Amino acid sequence: MLSRTADHLYWMSRYIERAEGLARLVDAHYRMSLLPNSADTLVNSLRDSMVTLRVLDEYSVRHGAVIPNAAFQFLTTDREFSGSILSCLRSARENARAVRGSLTSELWETLNATWLDARAMTQVGSGSVDTGQFVEWVKERSHLTRGVSIGTMLRDEAFYFTRIGTFLERGDSTARLLQARRRDLLPGSDAASVPDPFEWSILLRSLSAFEIYRRIYRNVITPINVADMLLLRDEFPRSLIRCAKEVYSNVRSVANTQSAETVRRAGSMHARLQFGRMSEITEVGIGVFLDAYVGQLADLGNRVASDFLVPVGA
Amino acid sequence: MEKKPYNEMVTLTGERRPHYHRYADWLGHQHPVQIARKRAEADALFHRVGITFAVYGQDEGTERLIPFDIVPRILPSTEWARLSAGLKQRVRALNAFLHDIYHDQDILRAGVIPAEQVLCNPQYRPEMQGVDVPGSIYAHVAGIDIVRDDEGRFLVLEDNLRVPSGVSYMLENRKMMMRLFPELFSSHRIAPIDHYPDVLLENLRSVAPNGIVDPTVALLTAGANNSAYFEHAFLAQQMGIELVEGQDLFVRDESVYMRTTQGPQRVDVIYRRIDDDFLDPLAFRPDSLLGVPGLLTAYRAGRVTIANAIGTGVADDKSIYPFVPDMIRFYLGESPGIDNVPTWQLRRREDLEYVLANLPELVVKEVHGAGGYGMLIGPMSSAAEIEAFRRQILASPERYIAQPTLALSTCPTFVEAGLAPRHIDLRPFVLSGLDTTIVPGGLTRVALRDGSLVVNSSQGGGTKDTWVLES
Repeated sequence: MLSRTADHLYWMSRYIERAEGLARLVDAHYRMSLLPNSADTLVNSLRDSMVTLRVLDEYSVRHGAVIPNAAFQFLTTDREFSGSILSCLRSARENARAVRGSLTSELWETLNATWLDARAMTQVGSGSVDTGQFVEWVKERSHLTRGVSIGTMLRDEAFYFTRIGTFLERGDSTARLLQARRRDLLPGSDAASVPDPFEWSILLRSLSAFEIYRRIYRNVITPINVADMLLLRDEFPRSLIRCAKEVYSNVRSVANTQSAETVRRAGSMHARLQFGRMSEITEVGIGVFLDAYVGQLADLGNRVASDFLVPVGA
Repeated sequence: MEKKPYNEMVTLTGERRPHYHRYADWLGHQHPVQIARKRAEADALFHRVGITFAVYGQDEGTERLIPFDIVPRILPSTEWARLSAGLKQRVRALNAFLHDIYHDQDILRAGVIPAEQVLCNPQYRPEMQGVDVPGSIYAHVAGIDIVRDDEGRFLVLEDNLRVPSGVSYMLENRKMMMRLFPELFSSHRIAPIDHYPDVLLENLRSVAPNGIVDPTVALLTAGANNSAYFEHAFLAQQMGIELVEGQDLFVRDESVYMRTTQGPQRVDVIYRRIDDDFLDPLAFRPDSLLGVPGLLTAYRAGRVTIANAIGTGVADDKSIYPFVPDMIRFYLGESPGIDNVPTWQLRRREDLEYVLANLPELVVKEVHGAGGYGMLIGPMSSAAEIEAFRRQILASPERYIAQPTLALSTCPTFVEAGLAPRHIDLRPFVLSGLDTTIVPGGLTRVALRDGSLVVNSSQGGGTKDTWVLES
């Protein structure tokens, strides 16, 4: 397929996944804001999250101090902020429009309708947007988009590139959610001591992982188990290992004459998680491990771009 | 305008025309609320599907709907038989003319058309002189604009042989009507049109360079900000071919390749939807970022087919239009099945005098203009506007032609106040490959403002579904 088409498909799915990741992050904090006596924790956690997303500077210039409602609005429906959920939905739609002929009509219509609805919801004069409802809706639209693409797309390169985009973005999103919690994940904090069970349960719920955690561990929530699940549990669909596995297998499916090194690195990232143990990871520090993982994802993203999306042999 | 326009649905004495009988009965039984609901549904669907056109000069990404009217324009099979025969005849003659002027120029030597009219025309491409194109086909896709005068006669208003657009609306309007009013399709025998993409693809494949058994066809677009982008994406998808931009293609060793994720892939036929001027920055406009450097060389070497061919613009230029009936006689030895609108050529002294004396009644058009820009509609213009235009004409009369103001036919159309007659035209699409074919119908455009004769979508026109009834 055309390199440019692959590029648009890849970014289309990244932006949708990014919108969902942001929705999950906001959702966790929004729920926290409904708990009693959590004001400081909430503000700190929001600030940490914006640091890991590298958007705190832009936020501070525009709004000054971190105030939950201002931060929610900034991350969800801010038209001017290119990283907001609204902007991601627009970018996803623009990428889809550029290659609408390569999408199934159902997929294009889903992305187009998502953007048209989001725009209508956030139009000036249509009243303030309820953060909780908005992020719920974004998650639903993301689920729908993914379902439509899995349910209607031919299993060819177009599909594989959307999957690569999805899982690079999802791995990044999960890793960053954890990075914002790195203080609780320091070596030594792996005891059964639970800093705040409510916050961890909110984190898990925001990843649709609360009930799954209970089913796997049948125990109270401990940071080390949470990390174990989010890093090393292949069967959990948002875990780092799951994302690495999907990236690896989809990169292999699109391999071309110059992509051998990219395939190798994707495989190596997956193998490290596949054959890694929690005890080894905590030895180097979960924070360090997460930083490395995020770095590897970025490297793979660049390599996918130069191997496939920038024209070959031109 | 004293003449009463021809109404497509009812006669001057108020009787329904037979081919509208069943539809009018049906419409009479529809509740206004129900109709309003269907119209709203159509709007919502067009938005959702993204059947929009980009508007130039507005914010990037501004997309608008072309208003769609739910009252179809109906043609009986007898009228269509005459019309389609005339259209095919006309396009065959135009293709013969293009082949001729880029080869032996018999028609110029015979003195049928003044040589300077062709050879000094900015749309004439000397680069094409002596170049053989597959099947000698130049205008693979032709959009011929047809109007009906007050006596009900069909006339050709203009030929579009460069990159005619609108066929996607023809197809989508039909889909919309079938979705909104399925009952009408069981009570009428309406000729189907949805095979258009198949015929187009077959034609494009049939004109591949010699010796290519399974050609790769691609549609070349200017990109997502082009006003007709929806149509480009739509047609590429319907034909299952790649939608490419200039940046996706490159030329090596006189062959054209696409840049793909698996390396370069040869392209044999390019259905291009960008103008000649932008096709190849090495040959035409050097500032064009839309084209492919070296494309002309590959084309002239016969390594790739471009559809429509380079240089077709000389045949649809308004200064050449008056000669098309002569072409039909010259190349085919037939008399034209559809007449031209009577046309004064202001480069001729006597025509100029007549036109200047009668400006308030006439329509004056720039010969190289398109899209309803740069024209004067006498009866709709103020004295000051007419005077301003008179000065323009006097400055360079050869740049203008004039025609009588036609009382374009009307068709009932839903407007704010309810159902009212509005002026319409028709653009059928004629396809040329091994054979010349035409899907029954075309795009009916409607001027939505009361009294307006301008049907162009860029100037507030809408569209209707066009039904050809099978006998």
